[in-house]
Amino acid sequence: MTLKSLAMAASMMALGTVALGDTHDDAVRVGMITTLSGGGAGLGIDVRDGFMLAIAQSGLDNIEVIIEDDQRRPDVAVRLSDEMIQSHDVDVMTGIIWSNLAMAVIPSAVAQDVIYLSPNAGPSQLAGRGCHPNYFNVAWQNDALHEAAGAYANSQGYTNSFILAPNYPAGQDALTGYKRMYEGGLAGELFTELGQTDYASEIAQIRASGADSVFFFLPGGMGIAFVKQFADSGVDIPLIGPAFSFDQGILQAVGADALGIVNTSQWNRDIDNPTNAAFVESFQAEYGRLPSLYASQGFDTANLLISALAVADPSDGDAFRAALAAADFDSTRGDFAFGPNQHPIQDIYVREVIQDGDVFTNRIIGVALEDHGDFYAAECSF
Amino acid sequence: MSLILFAEQVLNGLQLGVMLFLMAAGLTLVFGVMGLINLAHGSLFMIGAFAAAAVAGATGSFLLALMAALAAAAAAGALVELVVIRRLYNRDHLDQVLATFALILIFSEGTRWVFGSFPLFLNIPDYLAGPVTLPGGIQYPFYRLTLILIGLAVALGLFLLISRTRLGIQIRAGENDREMIAALGINISGLYTIVFALGAALAGLAGALVGAIQSVQVGMGEPVLILAFVVIVIGGIGSIKGALVGSILVGLTDTLGGLLLPELFRQFMDSSAASSAGSALASMLIYILMAAVLIVRPTGLFGAKA
Repeated sequence: MTLKSLAMAASMMALGTVALGDTHDDAVRVGMITTLSGGGAGLGIDVRDGFMLAIAQSGLDNIEVIIEDDQRRPDVAVRLSDEMIQSHDVDVMTGIIWSNLAMAVIPSAVAQDVIYLSPNAGPSQLAGRGCHPNYFNVAWQNDALHEAAGAYANSQGYTNSFILAPNYPAGQDALTGYKRMYEGGLAGELFTELGQTDYASEIAQIRASGADSVFFFLPGGMGIAFVKQFADSGVDIPLIGPAFSFDQGILQAVGADALGIVNTSQWNRDIDNPTNAAFVESFQAEYGRLPSLYASQGFDTANLLISALAVADPSDGDAFRAALAAADFDSTRGDFAFGPNQHPIQDIYVREVIQDGDVFTNRIIGVALEDHGDFYAAECSF
Repeated sequence: MSLILFAEQVLNGLQLGVMLFLMAAGLTLVFGVMGLINLAHGSLFMIGAFAAAAVAGATGSFLLALMAALAAAAAAGALVELVVIRRLYNRDHLDQVLATFALILIFSEGTRWVFGSFPLFLNIPDYLAGPVTLPGGIQYPFYRLTLILIGLAVALGLFLLISRTRLGIQIRAGENDREMIAALGINISGLYTIVFALGAALAGLAGALVGAIQSVQVGMGEPVLILAFVVIVIGGIGSIKGALVGSILVGLTDTLGGLLLPELFRQFMDSSAASSAGSALASMLIYILMAAVLIVRPTGLFGAKA
């Protein structure tokens, strides 16, 4: 080591000590960029609350979480990510909800030696050829819940589905995922506009198509609008969808029109294991509302991180990655493991919307796919 | 494709059109009379929906909810006019756009602060729920039929207001020559507040009526606002008649385009590609319509000023 670099290292350490102030020397810095304002804020808030609940329950005081709002805008997310990596020097990043934001942030973050733990978005690009040793998905690959819906349709003997989704990458993935598992024919296939709120035209076409089932992927407000309008139209065809239109945050806004609708999810509050029971109870006590699947994903993400920190330090890259890949934590979902592309292998359940007192919620009525990995793992090689 | 499906889609287009008209009427009045570009018009739509959801949740009455939506949006409109908009009439359009864009952000985060980040529940009342059978065997939701009737009634009311009342004369005069009517002793700033509140009330009514079949959430007004701007550009800025014709044109083009284009593409493509390409082109149709109208008539269909 030359004198110059020694001096530099010394001054860096001096600066570092000043900047860190009262935090521990061995503090792990976690950068969370998620959606906390605007129409999609409910999802980001749930992920954040679940994540912070797990951190608080762990009792560790050496994890410093820096939280920023991406406003659901890719350009903002990229700027925040640069800031986190360059000025805050984060070890681990997490938080992104939307696949288009994930594609803008994750590839460059993991290339700069930051570990990324995705609590929600799982675009196919990052599961297949674009997989990376520093990238872990703790939620699902995007197709998983749609594939489960296809498998469920087979089990019900549906042979003539009408399928629809918004015309954007995740929507196209959704229909691809459904068709990958579903064995019957199609009564119709429609792409709607992203953010569309009036489905009168689509419902008229469903009515005229003679379908025996309808599969739809319309997350958030789009799903609320579709389910209400479908119920009011008097069309009597069973609906199937992924959990994104039936999560705890939006079910109250749909109301009785959602009762009995079947949806697929990797989590529900009635999954019977001690971790989940404790999570549901403590989340409700802390925040005064029932947790959604997004909250469970945030909670699991934090617990995965905590489990890995107990074994290795982020500065020791290989050991830390191995500790994460082992997934040695108690998931709210029960059994949880990572596949070769570091995406989950897990059960996907079939749920049904029920009313429990005043509250609309889901209960599990079966398992659609057991120990389900993803289709893209074969294309991934580190 | 059956005739029934086509007829149902025409009704759907009409329904979308009259709801757009409620938004576009206020926007075009404010632009025509005061020369103001109001980007925050979508926020008033949202305020109407949230007020309706809150009152419907508390009282269970849909009629009370509609009245609350009208009152809340009109009050918010009047307040905004007095506090902010009034200072913008003599500024150029860029300043107006900046200020009203700031209002969008303030209203959105303010609403989120008051009502939380999760969508609210607002449903159609039982007496308007379910489908009715129309002549020819068309099953059509009763609520949507009611929306068409309410929209047409409001259009008629506005037409009478503008053409037959003293206030209407003042509004029309204000569009033509605002210095002159001020010189004739009309309280022009009072007139502006009334027009702004009227436009806001219509947007709030649209928000409440549409909110019952969609989701009541932060940011719900902005997509409608874009369509409303397309409508007033097609119809001609400042013209109520233009707003009505433009709304119905846009509503029908959007609905029928989404149905017919994928069908057309299916003649020579496979089904998946046809629906993807067809719906992509269908979502552009109204902008193509706008461009075509502007080429033929640069001031819009009923635009007066060159």
